Amino acid sequence: MNDLATYNFAYLDEQTKRMIRRAILKAIAIPGYQVPFASREMPMPYGWGTGGVQVTASILGPQDVLKVIDQGADDTTNAVSIRAFFQKVADVAVTTRTKDATIIQTRHRIPEEKLSEGQTLVYQVPIPEPLRFLEPRETETRKMHALEEYGLMHVKLYEDIARNGHIATTYAYPVKVEGRYVMDPSPTPKFDNPKMHMSEALQLFGAGREKRIYAVPPYTEVVSLDFDDHPFEIQSFDKPCALCGAEDVYLDEVILDDKGGRMFVCSDTDHCEDRRACGHAGHMLARKEAAE
Amino acid sequence: MSTLPLLKVNDVSKFYGSRIGCRNVSFELYAGEVLAIVGESGSGKTTLLSCLSTRLIPTSGIVEYHMRDGQYRDLARMGEAERRFLMRTDWGFVHQNPADGLRMTVSAGANVGERLMAVGDRHYGNIRATASDWLERVEIGIDRIDDQPRAFSGGMRQRLQIARNLVTSPRLVFMDEPTGGLDVSVQARLLDLVRGLVHDLGLAAIIVTHDLAVARLLSHRMMVMKDGAVIEQGLTDRVLDDPREPYTQLLVSSILQV
Amino acid sequence: MATPLVVSEVAKSFTMHLRDGIRRPVVANVSFSVKAGECVVLGGPSGVGKSSILKMLYGNYGVDEGQILMDHDGKLVNLATAEPRTVLEVRRTTLGYVSQFLRVVPRVSSLDIVAEPLQARGVPLEEARTHAAELLNKLNLPRELWSLPPATFSGGEQQRVNIARGFITDHKILLLDEPTASLDAKNRAVVVELIAEKKAKGTALIGIFHDEEVRDAVADRILDVSAFSPRKAAA
Repeated sequence: MNDLATYNFAYLDEQTKRMIRRAILKAIAIPGYQVPFASREMPMPYGWGTGGVQVTASILGPQDVLKVIDQGADDTTNAVSIRAFFQKVADVAVTTRTKDATIIQTRHRIPEEKLSEGQTLVYQVPIPEPLRFLEPRETETRKMHALEEYGLMHVKLYEDIARNGHIATTYAYPVKVEGRYVMDPSPTPKFDNPKMHMSEALQLFGAGREKRIYAVPPYTEVVSLDFDDHPFEIQSFDKPCALCGAEDVYLDEVILDDKGGRMFVCSDTDHCEDRRACGHAGHMLARKEAAE
Repeated sequence: MSTLPLLKVNDVSKFYGSRIGCRNVSFELYAGEVLAIVGESGSGKTTLLSCLSTRLIPTSGIVEYHMRDGQYRDLARMGEAERRFLMRTDWGFVHQNPADGLRMTVSAGANVGERLMAVGDRHYGNIRATASDWLERVEIGIDRIDDQPRAFSGGMRQRLQIARNLVTSPRLVFMDEPTGGLDVSVQARLLDLVRGLVHDLGLAAIIVTHDLAVARLLSHRMMVMKDGAVIEQGLTDRVLDDPREPYTQLLVSSILQV
Repeated sequence: MATPLVVSEVAKSFTMHLRDGIRRPVVANVSFSVKAGECVVLGGPSGVGKSSILKMLYGNYGVDEGQILMDHDGKLVNLATAEPRTVLEVRRTTLGYVSQFLRVVPRVSSLDIVAEPLQARGVPLEEARTHAAELLNKLNLPRELWSLPPATFSGGEQQRVNIARGFITDHKILLLDEPTASLDAKNRAVVVELIAEKKAKGTALIGIFHDEEVRDAVADRILDVSAFSPRKAAA
């Protein structure tokens, strides 16, 4: 309790939170539109989730339950640090269970568990501008968004097909929101794109270094860009999760030894634990138990 | 041939403070006509081209364009969205330096296909086929379709720029010294290509050049500019063979014969 | 129209600004008309303004005063004051011109140079090329030259390309500026024949011929241009 006295609730001062909330409201009112905001100095460097942290800090309340994941896992360094940060400055309840969280801050993945009304997903975004790599001028990209000139986005996809025979973009796959703005969903795998469409949860995106916030309100149309003759496809995996046997989830590759041994397991650790608790078992788990 | 002019230019002037860019320029351009604006450096021809193509707003005067729906629109009063759409579909602009008019880090096919994608084409196969077709028309081997213009020679880049501009069948094309900086043999090839395309597609074009031979070859009409003013204009072969004004006579007589 | 070309009180002078603005009058009070099927030859000594008159008729030279009236598709056009695009229209369908020198366009084969005026009238390429081939054959231009651009041809060869290009359409008015100057006797005869064919079709021809034989063979009337000398007019 002593520590709490040195920080305002959730670290940011009230004026800052107000400013950020206004930006968030604007973002929600214009789905997919990048709202500039006055990004603050945070106690972690740029590139470590300052945007996501500022959004979370602005919407966090004492009754909230916070989950933080990094590439789907609750136990990586970043997830652990950010979770600890909020515990310290907000004294808020934390969880690793997707079902129990009211706010989920994520880096680069969407939980496998379907989100429900009342939940908010906060994404950490490095580069918010989907057109940036093809058009370096900020003045030009702003005009393109304003005038709905998105031909260049398809140029990028065309280039992919020309070079690779198929659209090779596998993460940060651009989407069109509510039929108007083209948005970068953050570096989540394209596998997760369909989850953004008509989600019951509120999705907020924060880019700290680039100073932009954008949002997808619940039940919003989110469509991945493609060509008529090269439609959008999500990745598929040959095998189910080695630990819980889940199919149709995003898998991470884990190296087991230095002889090339590896296994594919659920990227979403909470989802995997949940399934194992319910009795599902993948082939690695069975083998492990057999060995024991 | 249409009876209504495609472009109506009325008393256009552009001043930079007290410095004259161009002044009191008036003319009408009809579909299928090629107008050459000729003059030496500082004559105001590039300023005029910029005013006509909406890259600059004139200080005074009006430029009106005959839209596809039959209405005349004052270009200076057009909204930005409409203006940009016009520039991408009904108009073309060929820059002197092709790098200014191309995306250098994107393949030739994508460069040609961009305008199509910008107006909503969503079939990869069709876009690629159209791009191939155009590359052939500008005499770029279709095996180069996936190469970037960074790997092209100056003449090839220029031809690619032309293809990129013509793919949406524009009715009016602006060209700023299209053969500037190219080797003579390359120039000849390019000029012949442009001549053919303009003729085949019935394009109207406004070409700024300091090279009278380019004007002779490509244009039907010619305007001679000096110090910001149009000092003589008319049928190209008439202006070149029977120049009236002192400056025109000087220009014509200055051409070196080979 | 029975008289497709009427020239009325045309005057022209050159002002040479590069030589302190010396004014050199060329012709004054030029008036004449040409009937369909008639060949009028402009005669007179060298420098009297014959070529200049032809060029004015073509719109290549400007006119200081007067009118050049042509029957263009049933309408009367004054070429002296017409808009550039009107002049180009007239040249495309009504008025043909065989100049003294062929101005070469890079890279276009002589066959295509000859075929072009027909193509401009909407005739399909293959058909136009066939007609062009016929004419080049008549004019004895060697077949191997047909696919080459004429830039490197001899004067006579270039002239034959020029002639073919001028004769290939059915323009109602045809201007000929020394069309036989670099030709041998055989080809001069061909040109005389071509002119006779045009006359029979009702084309109005105005020409300058230095070769007396050719002139006598084709002329229905000889107009002495020295009658339009500005000195005379001043007097």
